[in-house]
Order: sequence, then C-alpha cells, then structure tokens
Amino acid sequence: MGFTYFARRVVGTLPPLFGVLLLTFLIVHAVPGDPALLLAGEEASVERVQEVRRDLGLDRPLPQQFVSYVGRVTRGDLGTSFSQSKPVTAVIGERIGPTLLLSGTAMFISTTLGLVLGSAAARRPNGRFDLVVNTASLVGYAIPTFWLAQMAVLLLSVRLGLFPILGYTDARRQLTGIDHAADIAYHLILPATVLAVSEIALLTRVVRTGVLQQSGREYVRTARAKGLTEERVSSHARRNALLPVVTLIGARVGFLVSGAVVLEAVFSWPGLGTVITTAAQQADRNTMIGLVLVIAVSVILANLVTDLLYGWIDPRVRRL
Amino acid sequence: MSVDSEVLETEGPPGTRRSRSVLRRVAARPAGVAGLVLTGSVALVALLADRIAPGDPFQVTPTALRPPSSVHLLGTDNMGRDLFRAVVHGVRTSTTVVVWVTGLSAMIGLAAGAVAGYLGGAVDRLLLRATELVQSIPRFFLALLVLSVFDRSLRNLVLVLGFTSWTLLARVVRAETLSIRTRGFVESSRSSGATGSRILLRHVLPNVFPTAAVVVALGASRVVLLEAGLAFLGLSDQNQMSLGLLVNNAQNYLDQAWWMSVFPGSAIAFMVLGINFVADALTDALNPLLERTEAAT
Repeated sequence: MGFTYFARRVVGTLPPLFGVLLLTFLIVHAVPGDPALLLAGEEASVERVQEVRRDLGLDRPLPQQFVSYVGRVTRGDLGTSFSQSKPVTAVIGERIGPTLLLSGTAMFISTTLGLVLGSAAARRPNGRFDLVVNTASLVGYAIPTFWLAQMAVLLLSVRLGLFPILGYTDARRQLTGIDHAADIAYHLILPATVLAVSEIALLTRVVRTGVLQQSGREYVRTARAKGLTEERVSSHARRNALLPVVTLIGARVGFLVSGAVVLEAVFSWPGLGTVITTAAQQADRNTMIGLVLVIAVSVILANLVTDLLYGWIDPRVRRL
Repeated sequence: MSVDSEVLETEGPPGTRRSRSVLRRVAARPAGVAGLVLTGSVALVALLADRIAPGDPFQVTPTALRPPSSVHLLGTDNMGRDLFRAVVHGVRTSTTVVVWVTGLSAMIGLAAGAVAGYLGGAVDRLLLRATELVQSIPRFFLALLVLSVFDRSLRNLVLVLGFTSWTLLARVVRAETLSIRTRGFVESSRSSGATGSRILLRHVLPNVFPTAAVVVALGASRVVLLEAGLAFLGLSDQNQMSLGLLVNNAQNYLDQAWWMSVFPGSAIAFMVLGINFVADALTDALNPLLERTEAAT
C-alpha cells in the first residue's frame, strides 16, 4: 500500500479526535452549577472556593483550560470516578475485558453468518430461501437487542434451562484453567448470539445486495462470455461484493459496543455496561466522559482500519 | 448509497405525479402494505393516546402483577399499573421523539447535503469535514452523557439525537445533487436566469426526495431503538411513559409476569418493523435495476 495513502488516512483521524475532545469539553462547561462550589462544599468560605477553583484551573480562560484538558487526556489521565472512587482509567481497565469479549464474539458470529446467509440468499434471488432470509433479517433488524435478550432468557434459560440465566461465570464453583474458560464460554453463548442477531440481519442484506449488484455488471458478463468457470466468475465478483461489508466494520464497532452495554444489564455481564448505568444515573461526569472518549477513539480507530483495509482490497480507492 | 441515477433519468422537473406513483408502487408490495398499515396504526395510537387509554399511565393500583384479562387487556405490572395504558402512552412518547428527531435531522441533512453538492468547492469540503466529524461521535454514548449531566427531558433527547443523526442523509443528498446539477433541465433553467436557491428548491430537492425518503425512514427506525435503549438504561424523561422503561421494569419479574416484557417489547419491534417495511418497499420501488433481476429469475 502506498505510503501517502497510509499517511493521509492516519492524519485524517486527527480532526474527528479533536472534535470529540472539543465536544466533551464544551458539554462539561455547559453544565449548570459550579464544580468548585460542589467540591468545596456548601459551608466553605469564599477563599476556600477560590482556592479549589485555582487548583482545578477553573480561573483560567477557556481555551487554556481546553489545552490542559487535551494534555491530561493524551497522558491517559481521565480524572477520578465519583461513583467508584478510583481513577476512571482503572475503572475502565478493570471492566473492558468482558465487554470486548462479548462484542468481539458477536462480531465474529455476525460476520460469519452474514456472509454465509447473504451469499446463499443471492444464489437464487426471490427463491424460497431468499424470501425466508429476507423476512427474517427484516424482523431481526427491528427487534431491540435488550428485549430479545429478555425473551431468550425467558424461553431458553428460565423455561428450558438450556443456558445460565445471568453472569460471567458460575460463582458457586471455583473453577480454574480450562474449566474456567469453558464456564465463561458457556455463559457467553447466549448474550453473544443475541447481540449478533441484528448485525447478522444487516450484513445478510448488505452481502445479498452486493452480490446481486455485481452479478449484473459488464465484467461479470465478459468473464462468463470468455468461458470462465462459474467458480472463477464468482471469485471475481466476490471481491467487489465484499467492499460494502468492509465499509460497515467501523460503524458496526459502534453498534456492537453500544448494544453490548445495554445487553450487559440483562445478563448481569460484568463489563462496561454496569459502570455506565451507575455513572449515568449518579451523573458521574468524569466516568461518563472517560467512557465516551474511549469508545469514540475505538470507533475512529476502527474506521481507520476500515479505510486501510479498503485501500488494500480496492486499489482504485488509493488514488482518491 | 446508490439508488442508481437511472431512476432519475426521467428528465424535466418531475413533481407530484411521480411521487404519487412511487406511493402506489410501495402500496403494491406486500411489505409496503404491511409497513403502511403498521406505521399508520402507530401514528393513530400516538395521536389518539388519550382517547384510547385515558388517565395517568403512572397511576399505581393495588392489583399488581395481574395477567392479561378483560379488565386489564395487557395485564398489570409490579406496581399495579395498567400495561395497556402504559404501552399506548409509551408509543406516543416514542412517536413524539421520532417525529421531532427526524424532522430536525432531515432539515439539517437536506440543507447541508444540497448546499454542499450544489455549491461545491470550499463550502463542500467544509461541510464534508463537519459530516465526518459528527459521524465519528458515538451517538448513543453522547446521548447517555448529555442525559446524565443535563435534564432528562424529551427536549434534550430530541436535540442530542437530532443534531447527530443527519450525516448519512447529508452524504446521500450531496451525491444526488452532484449528479442532478449537471442534467439538462438544471442547465436550461440556469441559462434562463433562475437563481441558485430557486434551482435548489424547484429542481434539485424534488429529485432528491425519493432517495432521501429511504434514508430518513431507516434513520427514524434507528431513533425508535435509540430512545428505547436509553430509557431501558433509566435515562428517560420522568414524566413521560416509555416503552424502554417498561421493558426495564420487567427485568426482575421475567419468571412471574411475562406480559410485562412481551407487550412493550413487541410494541417497539412493531414500530421499527413498520418503518423498515416502508423503507424497504420504497427502495424496491425506486430501483428498477433490482426489478429487472427479479424479472429475469
């Protein structure tokens, strides 16, 4: 891949990063109420409040405060979480693992199934299989993840007892090693599948449309006309049909993480979801902002990866 | 996004006649009919909420956790609240949010996209940058942040979602405008002295409209899910009944009162499904390319 393309894409992530920082900064400063007064307490003297204000740097002009905010964030200092009384980075670090495991598994499940179902449905457009897949994906894309989760728990866990009702591991059994991993996997199957459903629906449709659109193109007709085998023809078409799938990766990271956060509440999954819910309800500003920043940065990075992948798959893009 | 330019190849400023025929083509498809019926009923329920289920949806009674019956059509919840009334009012809240958010974001998206595509140059680059910037902010988490530090009012919810939901529309409208402005009828209108704003309003917007409608519809259905998700996490307006809040309440009573989860949840799903059906039929109706593949098989 050309270095200029690579460099341009990497530099291109800077404006959105700056935008996210600016936006979070502005939101905090638009909130009514004086944080210095809040921190010093109701009975504090005027001098004490002034002192706190100076300590927090709140007496300086806004642009200067913004610069020091950006400095702090880039050094990895996200402040202290009021609701957990420890550094926000520590809170996020402790809880991000399960969320990544959950959304990563869902990403894997949905990509695999989406590709398989979508290309199978495109094989005979408007055939019976296509219609079933099409309708199922419309329904799957419409169901709110958290509600699907409740229905799945109600039917599969409560009524049929197939899966554990909640949690990350079985707390009653102190398992180690392989047994521990297997226990997590057993607890993971249901939430990950539920989280994957709307993504499967989306991808199936995108893949199906992509394959169908390619099959009408000139180059496919040419390939057929010059006598290539059907396998070779579709291998040409597949590369082009995959482009929209790659484009979606960045957006899906955002969907999956926000889906995971909401879903974790249903399954008592010990990830970022519970942290966010508590922080949001207690108006724990630092934690909320820290989380928004971490998630925004991951989405921006996912978009960067998408762009780079895109340039690798489709050389035409690099010239843009 | 490529509802192909072929659709818009019909030259001349096509006005209402074509949009009426698009509506007819939507209604000619099973998905379109289902979508129009679902969306229409939701709109009716939202408009007539106080007639259909009069009274305070938060009204607590001693008859808690009753299954659906002739008295309580959808049963009651753990605090004895009538679920039918709660769901009807929840649908109304959700619809209100969707209408406002969609209106706000559609206005921003149409204006930004049409202006960027028509003027081009520095304005275009600037608006494109702004679009990318807004797109990189995770909508759901920004809404969480805003609703947790400010008032949890419907107004704040509408503002935060409205100002972050216009980007896809802007991109699509920009692309369409770019292709339309080189067409013959725009050229001829310009050469006969029409002003830029007149060309935009009379020629560009009507032509962009069908494609924009699909994007707007799909965006609206995401807003239903976002509103429900935020309410599920407890970030809904305290004075407005919400479907997401109802599903959240059901969480601790799943094994005793299935109806507490089933009804509000399926109400959300039906709302989203209705809008998606309409969008789907609209896409099909606007895409002769796909129709041709249909005819071939």
